[in-house]
Amino acid sequence: MIDVPERLTRRVAGFQAFLRGHGFRAGIPEAVDVLTLAQSVDITDKRRLRASLRSLLCSGHSDWTRFDDLFDAYWLRPNRTVLREARGYSSDGSRTAEIDGTRARGLLGDVRQGAGHAGNVSGDNAALGGACSDELLESKDFRLLTRDDELEAVEQLVARLAMRMRRRMIRRQQIAATGRRLHLRRTLRNSLQFGGTPLELSFGRRRRKSPPLVLLLDVSRSMSIYTYMMLHFTRAVVRGFKRAEAFVFHTRLISVTDALMEQNMERMRDRLTLISSGWSGGTRIGESLQSFNDDFAGQLVDRRTVVVIVSDGFDTGEPSLLSGEMQRLRARARRIVWLNPLLGRPGYEPTSAGMSAALPWLDLFAPAHNLKSLLALEAELLKL
Amino acid sequence: MGDAIEFQKRLAEAGYIAEPGLASALELLQILGRPLLVEGDAGVGKTEIAKALARVFDTHLIRLQCYEGLDASSAVYEWDYQRQLLVIKIRETEDLPAEQTERHIFSESYLLKRPLLRAITEPDPCVLLIDEIDRADEEFEAYLLEVLSDFQISIPELGTIQASSRPYVVLTSNGTREISDALRRRCLYYYLEYPEFDKELRIVKMHLPNIGNQLARQVVAFVQSLRGFDLRKTPGIAETLDWATAVLQLDVDDLNDDPAAIKRLLVCVLKTREDCATVSDLDVERLIASSG
Repeated sequence: MIDVPERLTRRVAGFQAFLRGHGFRAGIPEAVDVLTLAQSVDITDKRRLRASLRSLLCSGHSDWTRFDDLFDAYWLRPNRTVLREARGYSSDGSRTAEIDGTRARGLLGDVRQGAGHAGNVSGDNAALGGACSDELLESKDFRLLTRDDELEAVEQLVARLAMRMRRRMIRRQQIAATGRRLHLRRTLRNSLQFGGTPLELSFGRRRRKSPPLVLLLDVSRSMSIYTYMMLHFTRAVVRGFKRAEAFVFHTRLISVTDALMEQNMERMRDRLTLISSGWSGGTRIGESLQSFNDDFAGQLVDRRTVVVIVSDGFDTGEPSLLSGEMQRLRARARRIVWLNPLLGRPGYEPTSAGMSAALPWLDLFAPAHNLKSLLALEAELLKL
Repeated sequence: MGDAIEFQKRLAEAGYIAEPGLASALELLQILGRPLLVEGDAGVGKTEIAKALARVFDTHLIRLQCYEGLDASSAVYEWDYQRQLLVIKIRETEDLPAEQTERHIFSESYLLKRPLLRAITEPDPCVLLIDEIDRADEEFEAYLLEVLSDFQISIPELGTIQASSRPYVVLTSNGTREISDALRRRCLYYYLEYPEFDKELRIVKMHLPNIGNQLARQVVAFVQSLRGFDLRKTPGIAETLDWATAVLQLDVDDLNDDPAAIKRLLVCVLKTREDCATVSDLDVERLIASSG
């Protein structure tokens, strides 16, 4: 048993509160463990204190990468209250991120800043009000989200939504499916009353997998303010579903499944930036779909696959090409869903050449400009 | 106890080179009795941690490899159906009441213990390695959570089995699927990076005592810079060791002695066609030259 100065234990408790403020899940069990730890490990040794607390209080890789900076901020410098205040009130994403030391949080830092600027220009109502409830956030257009804490809250909601979608879809299928395999254990149990002869057979339900999903994401300039959120959504879907593939397109089509699976957020950001750099203007939806049909559809799309296209439908290519490729895809996939962020704006009509070429082939045409529309989508997807 | 440096030494004696942070985490695992979740890329030595831990605690290792569709009958327990059926048949002639037969065939001697049940019914604490937990389904994850917090398993026909010892639990994950917050909260956490130059060099020397100093440094430097490439499958420590072993067979003291042969042996390190294409011959020559 080591005698720990009370001041130090109090500082440690303060550190936990500090981490909670930064989105760590450091609850009461952890607090108890820290006290246990203090009695058997010499926590006056700063290196060991750091290593122990890091293992104890982190619960994922993003926590892990932020921990060192936060530890330094708390234990080395005295101005920690200033740091906490600064969070969430600055509309300049990059600066806050730097202060917080949360480099890992942004998916595509530049895109997010782009979204911030666009929001400032298009509507100042985003900057109003200190407290904003989840409910308000749900119906707010993604392009109007400017504040750092709002973005973060929506990010989390989006990720949770994707996870929930997956669970719901699996559960439904479990109930629907009827078994084919003999359930030995139950059969044996039943056989007891017949003296060991298995007269009554029991069957186990066979679990079916969630339907394969393919997401095609438009990342052209006209979509840029939604790209950030949609990438977040895509990432959560790709990581949550067992069989999901994601592609981004602009003037050509590139698979991003591997990049989105990347554990290390920093590296993922680099890879995505690399992928999207050096592209010229214009959106070629038709050609992108063509390359998808030619190169990937054979492997990825079967009769059970749901294909989700996220695009505003502004195509600089030939509408007839787009229409033809949609038809090819239609023949292969189970369902085609088109999400158009513009559909959420009052007065929008899908009259652009590209959009009207694609419309006849869709099973579902839905908005995706705020959380509410994504939530509604969940129910729609289940019906398909 | 209570000294991470000491612990680090014991791990090294057991054949595992750990950085001080990892030693601290393992020490915590021992003190707090919480499971340790280790994440990191494939091939950084996550599984080896559990093996080394078993050697340090001088106990045995029980390993549960997770996969999609893993269920209770292969992770927790299963009844020995064949023997049960046989006994029912034999007893048929004896004219015993059915309840008695039932009691008999659902007794512990007909129970096949799978890793989880085995781990908690050991007389002494063992090391339980739950490998690649992210591959298992959510249902299994939830079940595991229950076992890891209560340390008891209930079997409907037999009743609740209490743990006779608490295993040291190590879970590993590659991020195939996001694992639940609840499980994360239960666990201590460690993120294992690719080893630094010095650490990897020590690992190579420990596993291949015959390797020359110069050659070992070159091999490690080569693989370290190879990790900087955008590869589909980044080489892990196992790949470094494989390659070093192969290079050792060539009977050279320096990578520059026989670059052509070294290139052929790169199959140990680059394991997909794309990766072989990414790293050109020119790259290989440059890497050999710069590895000193």
